[in-house]
Amino acid sequence: METKQRKANANIKAKATKPAQAVNLEELESLSYLQMAWRKFRRHKLAIVGAIMTIILLILAIFAPLITPYSFEELDLGNMFAPPSWDHIFGTDELGQDVFTRILYGGRISLLVGFASAFTAVVFGILIGSLAGFYGGWLDNLLMRFTDMMMTIPTLPLLIVLSSLLGGSVANIILLMIIFSWMTTARLVRGAVLTFKQQEFIEAARALGVSSGRIIFRHLLPNAMAPAVVSATLMVGGNIIWESSLSFLGLGIQPPTPSWGNMLSRAQEYIWTAPWLAVWPGLFILFTVLGFNFLGDGLRDALDPRSKLG
Amino acid sequence: MAEVLLEVKNLTKHFPITRGIIFQKVVGLNKAVDDVSFEIHRGETLGLVGESGCGKSTLGRTILRLLEATSGEVWFEGREILGLSYHEMRELRRDMQIIFQDPYASLNPRMTVGDIIGEPLLIHNLATGKALEQRVKELLNVVGLSGQHARRYPHEFSGGQRQRIGVARALAVNPKIIICDEPVSALDVSIQAQVINLLQDLQKEFGLTYLFIAHDLAVVKHISDRVAVMYLGQIVELTTKGELYDNPLHPYTKALLSAIPIPNPEVKRDRILLEGDVPSPINPPPGCHFHTRCRYARPECSEAVPEWKEVNPGHFVACHLVK
Repeated sequence: METKQRKANANIKAKATKPAQAVNLEELESLSYLQMAWRKFRRHKLAIVGAIMTIILLILAIFAPLITPYSFEELDLGNMFAPPSWDHIFGTDELGQDVFTRILYGGRISLLVGFASAFTAVVFGILIGSLAGFYGGWLDNLLMRFTDMMMTIPTLPLLIVLSSLLGGSVANIILLMIIFSWMTTARLVRGAVLTFKQQEFIEAARALGVSSGRIIFRHLLPNAMAPAVVSATLMVGGNIIWESSLSFLGLGIQPPTPSWGNMLSRAQEYIWTAPWLAVWPGLFILFTVLGFNFLGDGLRDALDPRSKLG
Repeated sequence: MAEVLLEVKNLTKHFPITRGIIFQKVVGLNKAVDDVSFEIHRGETLGLVGESGCGKSTLGRTILRLLEATSGEVWFEGREILGLSYHEMRELRRDMQIIFQDPYASLNPRMTVGDIIGEPLLIHNLATGKALEQRVKELLNVVGLSGQHARRYPHEFSGGQRQRIGVARALAVNPKIIICDEPVSALDVSIQAQVINLLQDLQKEFGLTYLFIAHDLAVVKHISDRVAVMYLGQIVELTTKGELYDNPLHPYTKALLSAIPIPNPEVKRDRILLEGDVPSPINPPPGCHFHTRCRYARPECSEAVPEWKEVNPGHFVACHLVK
């Protein structure tokens, strides 16, 4: 009986000397949310593939003038429809322009449209979503019914009408993309804000006298950013497809400015005689959208706090 | 008896139940807190017990104006606070703090512990820079954590440690009263004792006043000086701890107390089993809300609302049967 007692005491003493363990804990690195996300992301093979794909595209687009010796407007009428060769690795088109060069410069336009429109649309969506979610009530009702309305509008017909009215400059295309792509982000962010708004750390902040603005920016948005980042990534790919579709229909980017869409459009006529004219822009659209979707999926898993560090 | 720090007079919080999407119509009222009055003295712990859904937490949040009261008054140090402007209230928040039940939901997962505890200091301009860091370390030490923990994130801590962080955050502004909203209900029993002891130590050290909300009668008995029993949005009995546990007067209090497990199988006891469920606060029974489940109910109980009366000095009860 007494020995048992003594053992128990020893146990208590062992527990009392906990500081030693605490010191060990200090040596372990402390992982912030972003560090955790990065670790999860690194282990996601598809995400890494997606990241590499997008990085390659970005490098090709940014350094286009250094990569290709030709300019995208340079005509060589003596060398039309040249099949791929060492001089023109992707061949030339009906005006003797180097297809590889036009792909690179077209990539600049496509990526610019994709990034600029997705970024602005996501910022706008975050604004609408967080206002609706945080303030609730009639404001929520108003903003969300507006969002619903925008979502129910058939996008393609309206895009066609608007772009033919406004004209197909790059700025106009970006503007149109923004108008038609902020809604999903707004709904996602609203949902996330609603979930986190109920949590006690928001009540704690209010009990401490933290202002509404600070609650939104310091407490709610950092927690609600994950779905917004994911939707932004997927949106880049989506908007590149939209831009290509519009340009393909002749309503987007106008030649001579190259875009993958208008290259495809011009290639239709020559699909049997010079198939490389259609294959390359098609492949690049595929490659880009796939890259962004892989990246988005990876980010979704990495940023999800419920997924464990595998 | 010490001076009154906080006085709640006829406090009422009704949540409207609405129908319709655009043209909303109020179709009912959830009477979460219904005409509640009590006082808290400086330096004491007032326990507030009741079943889930009886309005305990709503009462605490309404006092802090995290929810706006439907009617009634709350006086704090001689000032009525429900009518204060946003800025006056913001100043007052330094005096009144809250600790939450869920140690996982009450800390922002994206902020370091240092940022969480430092935020109140920052927004009230109590400290900046080095002084802020120093104060955060002090607060962590006060609640039994290490200053090194400031750089960590909440997910790296256990439930009990997180609750300590929540306590440190509340202490940062040097409050006079802390509303403890079931601060130990979500913790393991072994950890509960640690946190309760911490709260008691802090009370002695800083002269804090607590409104301690709980549903665990044993915990409330341990920590409270006086206890209020709540049923369906109303306080039915309020008295000192000794008086309540030895001489409960309200039938509901008696039933609650008889449900406390006694760790001795030899002791014979009469448990008062309440029949049925708690009625909905949306349409509470008329008269005494408890009459539907009261074994002593008389006709008058379903007709008249029982008066809130002081039967013995400091012993208040609302029951027709107690004369």
